Amino acid sequence: MSDLRDHAEDVHEQFSDHIDDLSVDDIEARLQTLVGEYKVPVDEARRSVTSHYLDEADMERDALGGGGTGSNEHVQLADVDEDEQWIDVTAKVVDLWDPRSDAVAQVGLLGDESGTSKFTAFASSDLPKLEEDAVYSLQNLVTDEYQGNYSVKLNRTTTIEKLDEDIEVGDDSTTVEGALVAMQSGSGLIKRCPEDDCTRVLQNGRCNEHGEVEGEFDLRIKGVVDDGMDAHEVIFDKETTEAVTDISLEEAKDMAMDALDTTVVADEIRDLVIGKYYRVSGPTFGRYVLADDVEELTERVDPEATLIRARSM
Amino acid sequence: MSQAPTREVAKRVFAREFNDATFTFKESDDERAPNFALLPTGDRSNRVFVVGTLTETEDIGDDSEYWRGRVVGPTGTFFAYAGQYQPDAAAFLRDAEPPEYVAVVGKPRTFETDDGSVNVSLRPESITATDETARERWVVETAERTLDRIEAFDDETNEYAEMARDEYDTAVETYRREVVEALEALDGGGGSDDDDTEDADDADDVEPEAAP
Repeated sequence: MSDLRDHAEDVHEQFSDHIDDLSVDDIEARLQTLVGEYKVPVDEARRSVTSHYLDEADMERDALGGGGTGSNEHVQLADVDEDEQWIDVTAKVVDLWDPRSDAVAQVGLLGDESGTSKFTAFASSDLPKLEEDAVYSLQNLVTDEYQGNYSVKLNRTTTIEKLDEDIEVGDDSTTVEGALVAMQSGSGLIKRCPEDDCTRVLQNGRCNEHGEVEGEFDLRIKGVVDDGMDAHEVIFDKETTEAVTDISLEEAKDMAMDALDTTVVADEIRDLVIGKYYRVSGPTFGRYVLADDVEELTERVDPEATLIRARSM
Repeated sequence: MSQAPTREVAKRVFAREFNDATFTFKESDDERAPNFALLPTGDRSNRVFVVGTLTETEDIGDDSEYWRGRVVGPTGTFFAYAGQYQPDAAAFLRDAEPPEYVAVVGKPRTFETDDGSVNVSLRPESITATDETARERWVVETAERTLDRIEAFDDETNEYAEMARDEYDTAVETYRREVVEALEALDGGGGSDDDDTEDADDADDVEPEAAP
């Protein structure tokens, strides 16, 4: 698409609904000025012209969509490896997490056959909520990159169509092994907001979004698994926490009730898990490994191979 | 360089090397920049993970409690000190009934004795009870990590190895022998090897640990 006329027609298609009397010729003339006279590369010229019309129409860039409807590439989540691309995906909502900010309507994990990817939907986009475990055709997403991790963002032009099918989500989980060397705050017996679609962890009985609420108890461990080479942050949910500590949520509540203090649960868990060796598997989200499977390493290790290595050096 | 403050990895070090890591430094002029101990095998460390046998505890504080614990590994002793600013670790040492296996996550600290020598100790972030298989796992893991460091010691780009050459007199070979010694001490860990005497025997490595 090097021809300026083609670019002009694309831009025209994007703005013709928003700006009256917009002609392809005008757009082409603007592009021609930048490219021909000012030697601006075509991409930059198109960006500049688009910005001009965004201003004129008083629109936000993300209201545009990816250069016309239906023209995005339909991609697999694992193939997302570039920032700021407009894409379409068919994916299942694998997990929904607590948004950390009021600006975020939903955040979680999308999955398809190729693997999983974090998604974010902003409150300002005013989109229908995605349901956990449902499969959607999502059009006009934008890719995002943060410290080498790619995610997708929904925006106000994103179309959401719920599909009546299931997807076998690909396994892109990682496994880390090492000693659990630290447990972070927010571990132990916590309370979550009971509002629909809100699972935020309460701070002093307050939800960031819904204010003072009667929270629902949950158990988790946010920890660090360290093998002497890397420190991996891990999150154990209720099931894995119960499994590694042998403390059920009910027992944890009783402990807290007896002590009139929820922190006794974290203290007890800390003594049980810190210094132990674990193998933790699960999908990664940012810097966290979300533990689906946790196994304490209790089998004896054979020093022979290491001894051979040491002697041969 | 470093973007968001990432958590420092807990290095695996045997006691002799740890106690030889008397040189400390900072990577920046920032007041709050972390303090690193320079490991003689050529790495920096501001956190270590140790599994060993707690053999003795003693309250050596004057006005307030200040607990010292001796944590013994296969090749030497780590000294852990915990006072009012490490309440959980101090409480553990107060209630401990040695001997028992413990796992310690902690920061290396140095202090100068009256005679001018520098002692290295551990300021625990946590001390927890553990078991024998965890100790064995730690010995093998610490052996592997130490060998990794020794292997990288002659890399031209290894700035910490260069620093170690400048600051320390002990050859890294000492620490390779420490690794062999630690592994051989494990139950059933190749104790029947008759023809491997050169490693264990000609090492001038039995320097008893002086208590600080």
